[in-house]
Amino acid sequence: MDVIIESLPQYWDGFLRTLFLAVVSGIIALIVGTLLAAARVSPVAALRGFSMAYVEVVRNTPLTIAFFFAAVVLPRLGVTFQQFEIAAIIALSAYTSAFIAEAVRSGVNSVPLGQAEAARSIGMTFGQVLSLIILPQALRTVVPPLINILIALVKNSSVAGAFFVLELFGYGKQLANDHGDAVMWVLVGVAFFYLLITVPLGYVAHQVERKVAIAR
Amino acid sequence: MFARFVVMTTQVPGDALVSLNAVNKHYGQLHVLKDINFQVRKGEVVVVIGPSGSGKSTLCRAINRLETIDDGDIAIDGKRLPEEGKELAHLRADVGMVFQSFNLFAHKTILENVTLGPIKVKGMSKAEADKDAMALLERVGVGHQAPKLPAQLSGGQQQRVAIARALAMKPKVMLFDEPTSALDPEMISEVLDVMIQLAKEGMTMIVVTHEMGFARKAADRVVFMADGQIVEDATPEQFFTNPQSSRAKDFLSKLLTH
Repeated sequence: MDVIIESLPQYWDGFLRTLFLAVVSGIIALIVGTLLAAARVSPVAALRGFSMAYVEVVRNTPLTIAFFFAAVVLPRLGVTFQQFEIAAIIALSAYTSAFIAEAVRSGVNSVPLGQAEAARSIGMTFGQVLSLIILPQALRTVVPPLINILIALVKNSSVAGAFFVLELFGYGKQLANDHGDAVMWVLVGVAFFYLLITVPLGYVAHQVERKVAIAR
Repeated sequence: MFARFVVMTTQVPGDALVSLNAVNKHYGQLHVLKDINFQVRKGEVVVVIGPSGSGKSTLCRAINRLETIDDGDIAIDGKRLPEEGKELAHLRADVGMVFQSFNLFAHKTILENVTLGPIKVKGMSKAEADKDAMALLERVGVGHQAPKLPAQLSGGQQQRVAIARALAMKPKVMLFDEPTSALDPEMISEVLDVMIQLAKEGMTMIVVTHEMGFARKAADRVVFMADGQIVEDATPEQFFTNPQSSRAKDFLSKLLTH
């Protein structure tokens, strides 16, 4: 137990870095994922094909592969990073955006076809139909699954700890090495700080879900 | 084509605002529109009736290209329907559509439903669009519902809002695809009253419906469809008292026995 109190500065530093990774990757993934979902329902066949291929490949390969790509393969191709955080953010947002794209797409499919037809019949273009009518309704229905994906993202960010990024899990490993006799308490501390992010996220999901539900 | 046009213009003067020439459409094996030739002149009210599966809804939806056609061509006010894209969107703005299931934007208020098109498509200012929309909502009798969401209104009210939404674009022609089929009997008349009023004001209308009373009261022409073809095209008087085809006689006799 004492080990947690003693190591609070490390925990705090790790916590902030995990939060940073999750927030930045989360925002990028939300944007990229929504664009991928839009591409998936667009009338342009090439966009649909690209989006489908991306989602299928990324969603069906382990996150570790994405990290290897970002941290090892990209630098070999000449893309170098000052910090491993950048590689971690690339890997996490590339990976998470595939899941977000699928969630948003299912939301788009849940909006009745008549909504799009009515919008088209008053002369809206594809972009307007999507941004003014379909996505605002779709995003409300996908808030709960999106939050689930973001919670997974917070936990997935621990993989960065294995790639030299000192976030929560990275510090956890270090502390466990230094305090071999109190490994359990070290890990309890790590778990506590993860819960500090994920539990409020779940709570937000619940509140948002109640607020934005639309009656039909 | 011109010859056909002359033949069909014997009843009401005016120009062909909607014109379908040799239009064909298949759903897989099913031939839903068979070589349709059909003209509607400015100010005309045409009611399309027929048994279900006869292609009347498909015909209506093809006119603003919510359904694509296999061949033939469709023109609105002399302009051929373009392929998907900006140009098609522009043309659609001139064609109002009212659906069986209302299709009001579920996340927008009644007022926003009506102003969205004028603001986003026509670039009208919000103040001006609000003013026009309120006038339209008053006209269809739902002005006091403006701040509510669609789900808070009855079906009949929602359908009248849908009519106001289409009218807000100042369309050249209005399409009604079974506008009262999803409504309770007591709500049907409130929607039909609005449509009859609209017809009286000279709006060009194509109405797919089962409401024979509306056809008698407001239509200039009745088009009877069966099996993807236009079987009869006559005045309501001619059609209801003296149908020419056995298909139409059969259809009308079934209506009367209930």
